[in-house]
Amino acid sequence: MTITATTVALDSVVEAGDGALVSVPAGGRLRIVDLHGNQAVDTLFYDAHDIDNRYSAFDTIREQRAVFLTTGSRLISTRLDELAVITDDTCGRHDTVGGACSQESNVIRYGEFTRHQHACRQTFLRYGAQAGIGQRQLTHNINFFMNVPVTSTGGLTFEDGLSAPGKYVEVTASRDLFALISNCPQVNNPCNGWDPTPIQLLGWW
Amino acid sequence: MNHEIPGDAAWSVPVRAGRTVTLTALADGANATVLIIGADRLDRLNIPDTLKSQMSARIKPGMVLMSDRGLALATVIASTLDWHDCLTGALPDRLLLLELTKHGFGEADLHGCIHFFSKVAVADDPRASLAYVPDHAHAGDTVTLRADQDLLIFVSTAPHALSDGPAAGVAVQLESPSHVEDPVLREEAVRALRLTRELIA
Repeated sequence: MTITATTVALDSVVEAGDGALVSVPAGGRLRIVDLHGNQAVDTLFYDAHDIDNRYSAFDTIREQRAVFLTTGSRLISTRLDELAVITDDTCGRHDTVGGACSQESNVIRYGEFTRHQHACRQTFLRYGAQAGIGQRQLTHNINFFMNVPVTSTGGLTFEDGLSAPGKYVEVTASRDLFALISNCPQVNNPCNGWDPTPIQLLGWW
Repeated sequence: MNHEIPGDAAWSVPVRAGRTVTLTALADGANATVLIIGADRLDRLNIPDTLKSQMSARIKPGMVLMSDRGLALATVIASTLDWHDCLTGALPDRLLLLELTKHGFGEADLHGCIHFFSKVAVADDPRASLAYVPDHAHAGDTVTLRADQDLLIFVSTAPHALSDGPAAGVAVQLESPSHVEDPVLREEAVRALRLTRELIA
């Protein structure tokens, strides 16, 4: 048996409303810790060598024949490549149908007063720029720790989270990846428990 | 105009604001996978925004199809079916990609799509498991959209990725009615339509 030594390559805190672009090499493990509980972490994955080969929420859902993500979920790209696998999860389930908040969708959902509130897609564009990720490259993301029940009658709602302080989720990269992360600033629905809080990113590779 | 798309084919068509598009299933088990791009050629159909603003996990009559940037692309005016799948994505589809390429788009524009006429049932279990419903659509089923801004609509008639049935054709009818009443809509959909009409329609 060969044991490959890995070191802690990443240990940082992302404040509420801030984001990060993380390069994760093939085989690397990225852990996202919900430090204070009920904090949505909007996340996109891209093949680091070809950003058009990117995470596809709905291909991922179809391939696993289930809506929610948890341990064992294979994160699939638009070309049906496996980008990463969720290899540990102390929360239990994560959303990938609800998308990211934007200033424009906030106006539609909550009203004109939200027009200039900070939103995830602002963070995605800010941190994605350094990797060439612009508006056309943004797609439907994962919302780690977010609870969006979907029902047999075709209903969908945003509800209080299932997460709690210290819960974490870990993904193992199946190829070299960019992880584009927005620590969600939303204050108009319960996705962050009405109070966005910091998260911790840990990486081993 | 009228056009019949055969099974396992792809087609694209510009649709002016105010016109209607009616899709008709030409055989049982038909599927029409649809992508929509808005008037500025960047703003695309956004399935998550469409679903969360209207509290639905399916596309049905009385919903506005919303764009990445919070505008109304089209309104589902009527349908013989009350469930059109939008949770399961499309397999890599060479013909659909070619249609995108004809208009200057490409792989980066393969956003979430709607599978008109297809239903994938959701179970009330801990993972919201999915199962394709094989007897959902029948020949003659229809859905009618009203364009709420100038659109490009892309249609693939490849079978649904979870179906093991044969491909079926879909008829497309474009009409120019003088006025189409809004169906009963949620407040969020009304807001999207009002903004779109104020800005670009």
